Amino acid sequence: MPKDGGIGESTKRREDIRFLTGKGRYTDDINLRGQAFACFLRSEVANGRINSIDTSAAMSMPGVLTILTGDDFTGMGGNPAGWLINSRNGEPMKEPKRPVLAHGKVRHVGDAYAMVVAETYGQARDAAAAIEADITELPAVVDMAKALADSTNLVHDEIGTNQCFDWGWIEDNRAAVDEAFKNAPHVTTLELVNNRLIPNAMEPRASLADYDAGTGDYKLYTTSQNPHLHRLLIAAFVMGMPENKLTVIAPDVGGGFGSKIYHYGEEAAVLAAAKAINRPVKWVAERSESFLSDAHGRDHVTKIELATTKDGEFLALRTETLANVGAYLSNFSTATPTFLHGTLMAGPYKTPLVYVNVKTVFTNTAPVDAYRGAGRPEATFSIERVVDKCARELGIDQAEIRRKNLLTPDQFPYTTPVGLVYDTGNYQATMDKMTELADLAGFEKRRAASAKNGKLRGLGLSTWIEACGIAPSNLVGVLGARVGLFDAATVRVNATGNISVMTGAHSHGQGHETVFAQIVAEQLGIPASSVEIVHGDTSKIPFGMGSYGSRSLAVAGSAMTKAVDKIIAKGKKIAAHMLEASEQDIEFKDGSFSVAGTDKAKTFGEIAFSAYVPHNYPLETLEPGLEETAFYDPANFTYPAGAYACEVEVDPDTGKVEITAFTCADDFGNVMNPMIVDGQVHGGVGQGIGQALLESTSYDENGQLLTGSYMDYAMPRADDVPFYTVDHSCITPCTHNPLGVKGCGEAGAIGSPPAVINAVIDALQRGGHTHVKHIDMPASPARVWAAINNA
Amino acid sequence: MTKTTMTVNGKPVAAETEGRTLLSAYLREGLGLTGTHIGCDTSQCGACVVHVDGKAVKSCSVFAQDVEGADVKTIEGMANPDGSLSVIQQAFQDNHGLQCGFCTPGMVMSSAALLAENANPTETEVRHYLEGNICRCTGYHNIVKAVMATSGQTVPAE
Amino acid sequence: MYNFDLIKPKTLADAVAAMGDGAQALSGGQTLLPTMKQRLADPGTLVSLTGIPELQGVCQGDGGIIIGGATPHAVVAKEALKYYPALAALAGQIGDPAVRNRGTIGGSIANNDPSACYPAAALGSGAIIQTNAREIAADDYFLGMFETALDDGEIVTAVKFPVPQVAAYIKFVQPASRFALVGVFVAKFADGVRVAITGASNNGVFRWSEAEAALSANFTPDAIAGLTLPADDMIADLHGSADYRAHLCGVMTKRAVIAAG
Repeated sequence: MPKDGGIGESTKRREDIRFLTGKGRYTDDINLRGQAFACFLRSEVANGRINSIDTSAAMSMPGVLTILTGDDFTGMGGNPAGWLINSRNGEPMKEPKRPVLAHGKVRHVGDAYAMVVAETYGQARDAAAAIEADITELPAVVDMAKALADSTNLVHDEIGTNQCFDWGWIEDNRAAVDEAFKNAPHVTTLELVNNRLIPNAMEPRASLADYDAGTGDYKLYTTSQNPHLHRLLIAAFVMGMPENKLTVIAPDVGGGFGSKIYHYGEEAAVLAAAKAINRPVKWVAERSESFLSDAHGRDHVTKIELATTKDGEFLALRTETLANVGAYLSNFSTATPTFLHGTLMAGPYKTPLVYVNVKTVFTNTAPVDAYRGAGRPEATFSIERVVDKCARELGIDQAEIRRKNLLTPDQFPYTTPVGLVYDTGNYQATMDKMTELADLAGFEKRRAASAKNGKLRGLGLSTWIEACGIAPSNLVGVLGARVGLFDAATVRVNATGNISVMTGAHSHGQGHETVFAQIVAEQLGIPASSVEIVHGDTSKIPFGMGSYGSRSLAVAGSAMTKAVDKIIAKGKKIAAHMLEASEQDIEFKDGSFSVAGTDKAKTFGEIAFSAYVPHNYPLETLEPGLEETAFYDPANFTYPAGAYACEVEVDPDTGKVEITAFTCADDFGNVMNPMIVDGQVHGGVGQGIGQALLESTSYDENGQLLTGSYMDYAMPRADDVPFYTVDHSCITPCTHNPLGVKGCGEAGAIGSPPAVINAVIDALQRGGHTHVKHIDMPASPARVWAAINNA
Repeated sequence: MTKTTMTVNGKPVAAETEGRTLLSAYLREGLGLTGTHIGCDTSQCGACVVHVDGKAVKSCSVFAQDVEGADVKTIEGMANPDGSLSVIQQAFQDNHGLQCGFCTPGMVMSSAALLAENANPTETEVRHYLEGNICRCTGYHNIVKAVMATSGQTVPAE
Repeated sequence: MYNFDLIKPKTLADAVAAMGDGAQALSGGQTLLPTMKQRLADPGTLVSLTGIPELQGVCQGDGGIIIGGATPHAVVAKEALKYYPALAALAGQIGDPAVRNRGTIGGSIANNDPSACYPAAALGSGAIIQTNAREIAADDYFLGMFETALDDGEIVTAVKFPVPQVAAYIKFVQPASRFALVGVFVAKFADGVRVAITGASNNGVFRWSEAEAALSANFTPDAIAGLTLPADDMIADLHGSADYRAHLCGVMTKRAVIAAG
């Protein structure tokens, strides 16, 4: 292992130095000479017909350079959905066009319908207020069930319905599942809500567009988790230009959590404006705009049923879900409630029969798409809540009902009834580890101590699994994906032996610059400090699908190691030439190429230098240079899993829930940097606690967002959460990627919400409030108090 | 426009302002000190916290002209004179107290203000003091650890 | 936000002179600035009160402690501790540390947000609001949500708090804004108990007279065990129903009595 950190070391993050000294370079920190500023005018009504937009007064305001409206973009394409879903009857989903700026109709509060560009942002905003738009307000479609029943008020008139699709998974299994329920000794039923969330990356979305009139080249600096995806969507689908005329740069990005995967209209609009005025144009969202226009997350209403034997053996599971897609289809919006949700409904359990029905619904609300976990938190919450309720109905211990039904290590690879193949796992091990770390045995004592202080203590468990490392192109292609989901890396060894790795992953908090360097250093036996990770620039990176779905390490990291393998293979050729030996006899170890069985050797640095000073190379068989690119497309998803425990104290007089302990025992396969993995789990759990106790996105019946600022949208703060106990010592390495790694980025957000709610219900049940069977998230003090008192 | 002067990170500075120019804009646009970040418009997130005359304030909620002549310290002024990380900055790195880095400047400035007032804060005191600084990445665990570690306290092992 | 001229007088007299013609006082701005960013206010001229020494500070005066109108919450939290610990504790719970370094008592009292903390202390203590023109008893000052007895251009120069025998403020926070969902200030004076509640009512801060009577007779939590407030005028929003707020008023009052000891 390199002295300064290889695989498995908690190497400190190199990127921290710039972030800690104020030298990070986020999009809004970049300024181009002559830049102008854009302000978007957004709809104040949820549903409205645009009769006219008069920009003449605004155009004459000080500093105004141009004003664009939906009319200016009618020649452009729409922002597409990346995943085609077919309904149960075989019909393809409804795909209304999503224009750059609203045209004809505005469809949600915050829907942008005009853009003003001026010398200063203040001038642009002043002028936006002077635009006179004649918009007829129409009745808003907000509630999903009502939207489906309504054939007169439509979000998109041209599709004749508010339903996007009605999906069954797996439709062929439906009859068998229904039959199992008919004959089941016990059925547990639960109706629940996976509450709508607003991602709230701390850096608001921002874009800075530049246009070179001499070459016709565009450049876009933007807050993106996947700059190549942005380039593809903007160039090929929306603006209709060759990809090679557009460079997309995602510099330092202040968090994403899904919300910065997607292409948004503002990005194409500033590019068009930059060309129109032949000057750079910058737009930075105000937080209030982020609330209204970033893609939201979750928003499922689900009925779930679990059929079991009398002693708690799972026989069958079925669900009916309404999933909100909002006013337009965002890029991943159709995949999230289907293939990232329905395919996970077996969870970590042996349940032999599963059927999932999802109807997606257009509403006059902001688009809804993948947010940390994306579909898998919804699935896990539904399963773990119904398992909890089932155990209570049957009088079985929470841990015992899970242990009885968890898959066992001898069952892998395991084909689930919802179409996935789990390659490996040991769910008993994580359950055991959680039991130990959370001291489940000592709970009763702690409960008694809480009771003395007038508090109700509860214990909640959850066992979870996810499919991540979003990839296998062949698999996702079968499932309707319109893109490949591989990744790429180029490893460039410079003449002096240092290395630049161009990766298709994008780091916006994950620490790739550090951990990817650790991996390359380990493989090559060189110091990590000799390796630089380059990401986030389509002009530098060969290709990449970016970072989301816990895919960076498993997919892009694998591409990187494949490229390093090629470097080593090429190095052996060079060494064979330099050492006058056969290539087959060259061994590579600890940064040295040697001839087997001799002391003849060349260091990695000598090989690198030789590659660029190729005197006497046999050029017919040996090319100069040392640079390799690999594309990697995995054979399967990776399947991290874990067992979580949450302990809470409930104040019965106020309904306030305090989390007193949170324990995570996860299996992420091999761990590259334990410190970073811990941090990923902490962050995910923090967001999961936010979903469970604090965060609520509320629209009124007119489609006005009631939680449009931090004054009403409760973000988790430092004093809302405890220190977490996190463990990832249970390891079953992934069987199909070179590093044996699984994803860890979403785990905490997936496993934690049900543990929290199960703990709240447990506290109330043990406290004698046995009528409380369920509380919808967020379990705010008001809701918990109401549940206690609405006997 | 008026010329507004103050001392920032120990240096006398001047930049043009309007009445509505916020201190955050004065720093970012007037002086190019882009380490101070803007994360909200309701004075809640704390990404913009700087020190004005030794006190933590939200620079997005102060007009530049209202603090004319003040002594201002930003994240760019937090490192040691030789450029190495100060104790608190180092603790954030050592304890992985940051991920995307966007809330970090405000988080460091608030933490430094806390430690100036209270050299040995308890976990509860740290969490309470940081309630005006929102982080979406870390779940706060390692931030609280970093602040406590700065004051030499034992923190949860992992 | 709309642009404006910022004036920063050094004396109260200059400030009063500058307040003509619809100018708006800026006394910390921790509420005003977010409002202006939303373009909900267009004052034309802002008169900053932060540079006026005579509006600063905490001192002992006749019949109570006097807090200058432009004194930041953080200063009150520290300097009022020896005179009036419950008031200092309340000041230390407003907003967050950075907000407390800018926000001032005069700004808070003049704004009279129905969920703000200071109105509960002022009303609960029977404070006197001093302005450049007059003195106003707290009982006459708070007129309803965001409404006060202040005239246009009138500046809160100080607030005088009679110091009770014992007192406490208990705040149950709204989870997002951290303002009071319900905050109860209980103060026991020689001649009786005052109970002021913020966060709960559509009419802003108010006194709970039944609880005052019961506690004046018997200053224990049991004294108010049977009392409830009607939910009719309570705020109902995303964070709590009217019933919930009415209930919390009772719970927080009891806890304040216990904390006051």
